[in-house]
Amino acid sequence: MARMNMIQALNSAMDVMMERDASVLVLGEDVGYFGGVFNCTGGLYEKYGKHRVLDTPIAEGGILAAAIGMGVNGLRPIAEIQFADYIYPAFDQIVSELARLRYRSGGDFWSPVTVRTPCGGGIRGGQTHSQSPEATFTQVCGIKVVMPSNPYDAKGLLISSIEDDDPVIFFEPKRLYNGPFDGDPDKPSVSWSAHERGEVPEEYYAVPIGCADVVRSGSEVTVLTYGTMVHVCAQAIERMGIDAELIDIRTLAPLDIETIKTSVQKTGRCITAHEATRISGFGAELSAVVQEECFWSLKAPIVRVAGWDTPYPHAFEWDYFPGQERVIHALEQVMVYE
Amino acid sequence: MSKAPRLHIPQRSSRPGEEPDFSYVELSQPGAVDRPATDTPSKEIESLALSMVRVLDENHRAVGPWDPKLGDSQMQHALTCMLKTRIFDARMLRMHRQGKISFYMQSLGEEAVSVAQCMALQSEDMLFPSYRNQGLHITRGRDVVDLMNQCLSNQMDGCKGRQMPIMYHWKEGNIFSISGNLTTQVPQAVGWAMASAIKGEHPIAATWLGDGSTAEADFYHALTFASVYKAPVVLNVVNNQWAISTFQAFAGGGHRPFAARGLGFGIPGIRVDGNDVLAVYAVTRWAAERARSGVGPTLIELVTYRAGAHSTSDDPSRYRPKNEWEQWPLGDPIERLKQHMISNKKWTESKHAKLSKKLEQEVAESWKQAENNGSLAHGPRLHEDSMFEDVYKTVPKHLQKQREELKRIKKRGVSS
Repeated sequence: MARMNMIQALNSAMDVMMERDASVLVLGEDVGYFGGVFNCTGGLYEKYGKHRVLDTPIAEGGILAAAIGMGVNGLRPIAEIQFADYIYPAFDQIVSELARLRYRSGGDFWSPVTVRTPCGGGIRGGQTHSQSPEATFTQVCGIKVVMPSNPYDAKGLLISSIEDDDPVIFFEPKRLYNGPFDGDPDKPSVSWSAHERGEVPEEYYAVPIGCADVVRSGSEVTVLTYGTMVHVCAQAIERMGIDAELIDIRTLAPLDIETIKTSVQKTGRCITAHEATRISGFGAELSAVVQEECFWSLKAPIVRVAGWDTPYPHAFEWDYFPGQERVIHALEQVMVYE
Repeated sequence: MSKAPRLHIPQRSSRPGEEPDFSYVELSQPGAVDRPATDTPSKEIESLALSMVRVLDENHRAVGPWDPKLGDSQMQHALTCMLKTRIFDARMLRMHRQGKISFYMQSLGEEAVSVAQCMALQSEDMLFPSYRNQGLHITRGRDVVDLMNQCLSNQMDGCKGRQMPIMYHWKEGNIFSISGNLTTQVPQAVGWAMASAIKGEHPIAATWLGDGSTAEADFYHALTFASVYKAPVVLNVVNNQWAISTFQAFAGGGHRPFAARGLGFGIPGIRVDGNDVLAVYAVTRWAAERARSGVGPTLIELVTYRAGAHSTSDDPSRYRPKNEWEQWPLGDPIERLKQHMISNKKWTESKHAKLSKKLEQEVAESWKQAENNGSLAHGPRLHEDSMFEDVYKTVPKHLQKQREELKRIKKRGVSS
């Protein structure tokens, strides 16, 4: 076992897969010679060469389209979109093409593209470097949507995504790249070195897509979350001293309904938490699923914690970010019900 | 004070009720354009984008350096494929009028584009067509029953009833799936070609889009990526003058030829008489050789005319003179090749009539076969269960559940 931060774990996943499978290649803005703006592809250019780690023009639609064509021609491309905020120029190629190619061609053509993209806030990125657009992609049938919350899962899930014959949008909560973040910006940064999920095998392993992870088991309330908010919720639960079950969704599509159902049927209470905006956010889907599957077990209305329905503001980042106080407030709301 | 600037709103040279006016189409004399070596640097051959490669002259002779000197059998093959495409289109249009299919798009007047270009490429080259390239399938020898099955959404439809008519694909024939959204296939073709080069393989990619579609960002993504990596790809703009009701000037064609869009990217552009089978073949061979030998991509503008309506949902008499096609300066591609072959004593009117009749019969026979496989209106179609397949490689739990739900609802019926 090695100690890795999330950047190193993602890098290791790509390295392992490029080593194992000559059809795997990486393309994106600044990913080659420079190794990526977050250094996720660092060293790969030197190791695998300029034809397998392609620096591209600044055209996200072009990156996706090229990746689709490469996938149709037998390669297994990993396309990096530098920030999730930049993914919209590629939206048509993802939604109308990548996601639907297999369907529209009766199963004859497909393209196993993995789109890696850093998302989320907490880095003073303002409204164009902080967005969490994951829910938008969960509405697109034909793609899978993954978001890890730690280095171990990041590597295992990225390997599964690369191996998957269906396209995957792989969101990387960039605030977690260098260490877990519990939502308190005033605390000194911590690294992954002390975290149990910062222990990452150097060799190949896979974390399956479609499986949620029970991070902490509990009996009083179920907390459904993913990404950075896993750590924020864990700290909020700790502070409250409540016996909550914390579930890291990990894969938003396809969703692991069984794990959610089992938990809420046990606890009878549920809150959802994500950084993304609230209206039609993924919390809405989660709470609908809980209502459909666990109605007779519920003791309290489901409460959603989310970003405010405004663009992500630079100066008011910590008023915007759904930190521990908002999670605690939601937990208090559901605990009122006996 | 000087006047505030006013916008230039492109105005069409002729509208319904007026005399057709194609004076805006700049022509070169047949045989007049030089044929450079395929490895000539793009900056030395920029004039190719601004002139027009033509081989067939007004006396039906093949003239000049671009004459591909096709053999008799190749010419006859080109003629047969164009004629078959036209006959197929006419049959499918009739079937639409009879309510047998829901939609159709013919390629009347621009058959030379798909047929001659396909002949100039190799069978392992990957084709990324637009929606008016049915001639590619026919030229690659596809049984038209397959195309008809697709249009009928029947049980043999390769798209399994998921696509509107004409959105064909043919994996075995190396012809990609048509999206229905415009231009998306063009940068994908570049990606395919990049992969071919990355793998060290020889097949190249070719792709088609219309004059109107050049306005889409995807076209510029394709040009940028093709240019940066010198991808082995042939990009074809089919300038048939019309994008539904807007004419080519609404995509900027009023200022400079579409072929010239390549120049700023360092990609050679060649403008060619799109109704001249020999010129289209020659130019495509040139571009394909350039791609295959690693010199890089080429942008071809094929100047032609959309003789029919955009689709069965369109009525061109509302926006253009009815007799425009008769005045189109580049004529009819089938007629021009036929006259060339006749003047060379390789063909006769009676042989032509006989071929037409034979193809008519073949296509009619194919239609019967296809209809026996079912239709959208009367079935048999695939079972509706199949709609939950191929969203993903395997059917995930939530779709299994929805499939069961549909089953339950259908079983129960509306009355209970």
